[in-house]
Amino acid sequence: MTSQLPPHTNGSQQHTAAPLLQTKALTKTYPGVVALDHVDFNLHPGEVHVLFGENGAGKSTLISILAGANQPTSGSVLLEGKPVDIKSVHDARAFGISAVFQEFSLIAQMTVEENLFLGAEPTRGGWLHRDRLRREARAILDELGFDLNPAARVARLTRAEQQMVEIAKAFRSDLSVLILDEPTASLTNQETDQLFSLIKDLSQRGVGIIYITHRMAEIRRIGDRITVLRDGRYIDTLDAATVRDDELVSLMTGKVVGTIFPELDLPAPGETILEVDELTATDGSVQSASISVRAGEIVGMAGLVGSGKSELMQACFGAISIDSGSVRLKGTEITHKPPRANIDAGFLYLPADRRNEGLMMMRPVRENVTLAALNVAPFSNGFVMDRSSENRTVSDLAGQLNLSPLRIERPVDHFSGGNQQKAMLARSLTRDYQLIVFDEPTVGVDVGTRASIYQFIVDLAKAGTAIIIISSDLPEILHLTTRSYVFYRGAVQAELNANQLSEENVLAHFFEREVA
Amino acid sequence: MNARAATGQEMGARAGLLKRLFIRLGILPFLLVIALIVFTLMSDNFLTPRNLMNVLRQSVYLMIVSMGQMLALLTGGFDLSVGTILALASVVGAMAMAAFSAAFPDMPGLAIALGCFAGVAAGVSIGVMNGIGVAFFKVSPFMMSLGMASVGFGIALYLTGGVPVYGMPIEFGDIFGFGMLLGIPAPVYAAALLVVGLYAFLNWTPQGRYFYAVGGNLKAASLSGINTTATLFFTYVLCAFFAAVAGMLLTARLDTGEANIGASMPLESIAACVIAGVSLRGGVGRLENVVLGALFIGLVQNGMNLARIESYLQTVVLGALLILAVIADQIRLRYVASVRD
Repeated sequence: MTSQLPPHTNGSQQHTAAPLLQTKALTKTYPGVVALDHVDFNLHPGEVHVLFGENGAGKSTLISILAGANQPTSGSVLLEGKPVDIKSVHDARAFGISAVFQEFSLIAQMTVEENLFLGAEPTRGGWLHRDRLRREARAILDELGFDLNPAARVARLTRAEQQMVEIAKAFRSDLSVLILDEPTASLTNQETDQLFSLIKDLSQRGVGIIYITHRMAEIRRIGDRITVLRDGRYIDTLDAATVRDDELVSLMTGKVVGTIFPELDLPAPGETILEVDELTATDGSVQSASISVRAGEIVGMAGLVGSGKSELMQACFGAISIDSGSVRLKGTEITHKPPRANIDAGFLYLPADRRNEGLMMMRPVRENVTLAALNVAPFSNGFVMDRSSENRTVSDLAGQLNLSPLRIERPVDHFSGGNQQKAMLARSLTRDYQLIVFDEPTVGVDVGTRASIYQFIVDLAKAGTAIIIISSDLPEILHLTTRSYVFYRGAVQAELNANQLSEENVLAHFFEREVA
Repeated sequence: MNARAATGQEMGARAGLLKRLFIRLGILPFLLVIALIVFTLMSDNFLTPRNLMNVLRQSVYLMIVSMGQMLALLTGGFDLSVGTILALASVVGAMAMAAFSAAFPDMPGLAIALGCFAGVAAGVSIGVMNGIGVAFFKVSPFMMSLGMASVGFGIALYLTGGVPVYGMPIEFGDIFGFGMLLGIPAPVYAAALLVVGLYAFLNWTPQGRYFYAVGGNLKAASLSGINTTATLFFTYVLCAFFAAVAGMLLTARLDTGEANIGASMPLESIAACVIAGVSLRGGVGRLENVVLGALFIGLVQNGMNLARIESYLQTVVLGALLILAVIADQIRLRYVASVRD
């Protein structure tokens, strides 16, 4: 084995200055695709190093190699200057490298402590040593300052708490490199603050952190250096404190991009399309909420995760059952109507979780696009489908939305997140809708694709469609909507018009209103 | 056999090509070729037009049942009661036909029509129960169809006391069991009709697409305005319909109604589908491949008979093939994942 090592690795003179973790000409090829192309990357102890790039730029491939989930085709990984061969996640853990991916590796039916020590359970004479398990789990959680009950079942925890468990798992052994893949995607602001203070804490202890995010604000807040990847290649490494947003975006996309939000030059709104009166959901997630939306408007729904902003629209659409109140679409009562009746009436809701609620991942793009419109022209006469018309229409839509690669027979699963989102958004053009609800339309979507999604939404509004955008991304609420409702604990806390839409105003209503 | 003589390098290139074919087509073409070669070598009578027609005729029943099973698999479930449905249809159909035939001896056509209707209706009623359980009460398809398999089998045995049912008009067997037109057996026509009908239904109607949608992503289908409850219900009714039709055709062939036929159908029909690349996770599967899958199983059974392999051992081979197919599917998924970006 030793004879296969590169003949001349960097000798000991570099050892003192060696970064904590380094990759040299790291390359990963799949048949026909180069996912990583000679990438050099280095991480110093105690720094937060942001990986930045479009979907499919190679970020995920890079971290999956570092975490041991994937093997490089060529190139090397150096840990404290010494080349290491990371063959498995287990190996990586042994080297002190742990990754927290977007999809958690927790077992929902097990408790926090069982998950923490999964695969390394303390034993005594071959039997589980339950007391020690509890003690050591408690010790890790205390050390990290996590307020979690070790005996709680993971299924009952919030997503943020599950993430804490996932991070705590990394501390089972000595940790030197922590990889976080879009950790804030589903966290509330408060939970995000908590995570960031933990990250600061870790970096002070000398842990190197690799952090993937699409959010500019986060880069500013916690990043030390940023490495930009594009098409699997290393582009540049920049100082987070001095880099400008447009600079980052142009490095990422390879072209100069102006602002990602389009001009909101909408004509005056038309007739009222949706009227919700004192709606309360059966599960209590929405409490007597009233809103109205007019044709050609883009109305925002802001608030924390679980504030009822998404649940209200799901209830209107018929996906959540309604306890009391009424919903009218163009004056017609649609309370308690199922989604299929609402779609036929011209009301579409596009869910936030495209993988679990929006798309059939193993089916081709074509079928995913036409899913909600198969029973109407031009796709069928109600009984028999017109397959050639379907092909034609979807090809046109895919071209219009710049689907890449432009192959409508490819399973959705094989596309990047941004392109999956396009396949779902294309649904809104397959029939004549008067009202379209976009629930978190840009989650996990890179900046370049985002801009085109925003333009797409504005164009729909210009054509007279009433648009509702449910978003946890504050800039979207501020720059893309003509009017917004802010939700707090299931109720409408405030309605803000265009001239009232400022960061302070919206945030002020995110939390409980002070008693006057 | 030349491959064995080829150099390592050529073998490598060939392996690459085979791998690509495997990813694209799945395990079935490989199994078909291997089976054809092996059985041709083992028996001189195997690769003759007469025998191949035999295989086709013998595979018809499994083929029809597999088509229904495919629908259940597409929606992410399965139907373990297809064997019972087959048996119940056979028993009820035969009893009704015998009764009508005894009442109106000079109208065999009417007796056959009414008997077939009664048999299919009895089979479909099991499907209705499956559909109600799975679609409306969200019982897992495994429990629902397993329970109904016991219920149906019990009813079939109770009705007959375990004795075969005789007394059907001779015309029934003569036409639907042993009839030939242009040298092709009648059951083959029936199967062909069903294949064409289901193919058109699956590929050219919105409802056909909904089976894939419900199995592909139930929540997405529901949010896209698809009536998922009705689709699931319809799936099990249709699956039972296919099994019941197979039951009536088999009754014609056997000339008796029997409660003990179809016991191997759940396994064989699921095997035919899985070998044909129908995903156990739902949402993926092609009818034309399922037809080939059923033919393949018929081919293997016929070949083993000709090669004088004991019937007990044949069961072993079939189970092993099913597991092999599932393993191959897993390996294929892994290849697909490694090929994509």
